[in-house]
Amino acid sequence: MKDHSPAERLYNGIIKENPTFVMMLGMCPTLAVTTSAVNGLGMGLTTMVILAMSNLMISLLRKVIPDGVRMPAYIVVVASFVTIVQFLLQGFLPFLYDSLGIYIPLIVVNCIILGRAEAYASKHGPVSSVFDGIGMGLGFTLGLTSIGIVRELLGGGAIFGFQIFEGGATIFVLAPGAFFVLAMLVALQNKLKEGKQEKRQGTAGCAAGCAACSNTLCSQAGTEDTARKGGA
Amino acid sequence: MGEQLQTLLMIAVGSALVNNVVLSQFLGLCPFLGVSKKMETAAGMGGAVIFVLTISSFFTGLIYHFLLVPSGLTYLQTIVFILVIAALVQLVEMFLKKTMPALYKSLGVYLPLITTNCAVLGVALLNVQNNYGILEGTVNGLATAVGFTISIVLMAGLREKIQYNDIPKPFQGMPIVLLTAGLMSIAFFGFSGMI
Repeated sequence: MKDHSPAERLYNGIIKENPTFVMMLGMCPTLAVTTSAVNGLGMGLTTMVILAMSNLMISLLRKVIPDGVRMPAYIVVVASFVTIVQFLLQGFLPFLYDSLGIYIPLIVVNCIILGRAEAYASKHGPVSSVFDGIGMGLGFTLGLTSIGIVRELLGGGAIFGFQIFEGGATIFVLAPGAFFVLAMLVALQNKLKEGKQEKRQGTAGCAAGCAACSNTLCSQAGTEDTARKGGA
Repeated sequence: MGEQLQTLLMIAVGSALVNNVVLSQFLGLCPFLGVSKKMETAAGMGGAVIFVLTISSFFTGLIYHFLLVPSGLTYLQTIVFILVIAALVQLVEMFLKKTMPALYKSLGVYLPLITTNCAVLGVALLNVQNNYGILEGTVNGLATAVGFTISIVLMAGLREKIQYNDIPKPFQGMPIVLLTAGLMSIAFFGFSGMI
């Protein structure tokens, strides 16, 4: 596949650099809203819309925004889109708005969005940036929905609200279950990857991921450019 | 006065222990998983969060109640809060650098990391959602940060020990940390009887 073509961007976001399982970014919503598959799907798609729109806007403005204040500028762009989407959800999908609650405005501080703005949209054209946003968003949606499915199934015996068996261990719907399910999924992924290549993520991956996106933020002080993982 | 003190105490215990910010609300997970390898750095991060979160919940409360509410601009809260927090972190950093170099030296590296800590924005938004006044909001911020510090320091202590254990290969790294966090989260359920 050609670099930066829409298909390559989608593949990159969904599989190669999947934000949830490979990059370990955006952990707060990943664990908090995945009590059911529907919530995970809703959160993922909401994030995808915001990611695509903010990538488009930032890509279009990339020659206008001065380098020194780019972080605050990105934050304003992202926060505006988040506010718009929040009102749209409140108006048209009130059940989703109620179940996601405070985690909708918190999309502003989701590492993935600022990370993509800094690592991709600020350097590439609008079309590939939009597809980058959609690809990353779909990858995030995939991660959240699969965690949601596992938790809903183990916790309540249902998938997307369809009852499969009675009962279930309620703990998987509560807070600790989120940690357990994610730990199992990551371990499973490590197991599958074993042998194929040396382990490329784990503690280092997460710390670097978080540090990378925090660094992008602290560079608003005009300090050194970030060593980002996404581009590497 | 006594009644108000009681409310504040309830908020403090509730945010610090019962609804622990990391283990039950999943805010601030990035630093919780990323900076909890060593006790020392974890304590430093905790200190910086206590400092910033208390100040930021005071200022966001101030701005919300005296600027956004009177002018009917409450729908701008997300944008305003995140900008206030980013600016505030920068200011605190400069202020500490000038006036308290010793404190800056121990907290300095962690300060820029805090802007992306969703706990800071989360607390500002929760204060609005729960209709807390400025005093209640500030106490809530302080208590939340104390809760964060408790959990990250505990986590760092556990991780220092985990290092020497024989863990199955697929579970090394993040999975074992997540499992530990899950067990801690169960342990914190024990506090829910307190309120």
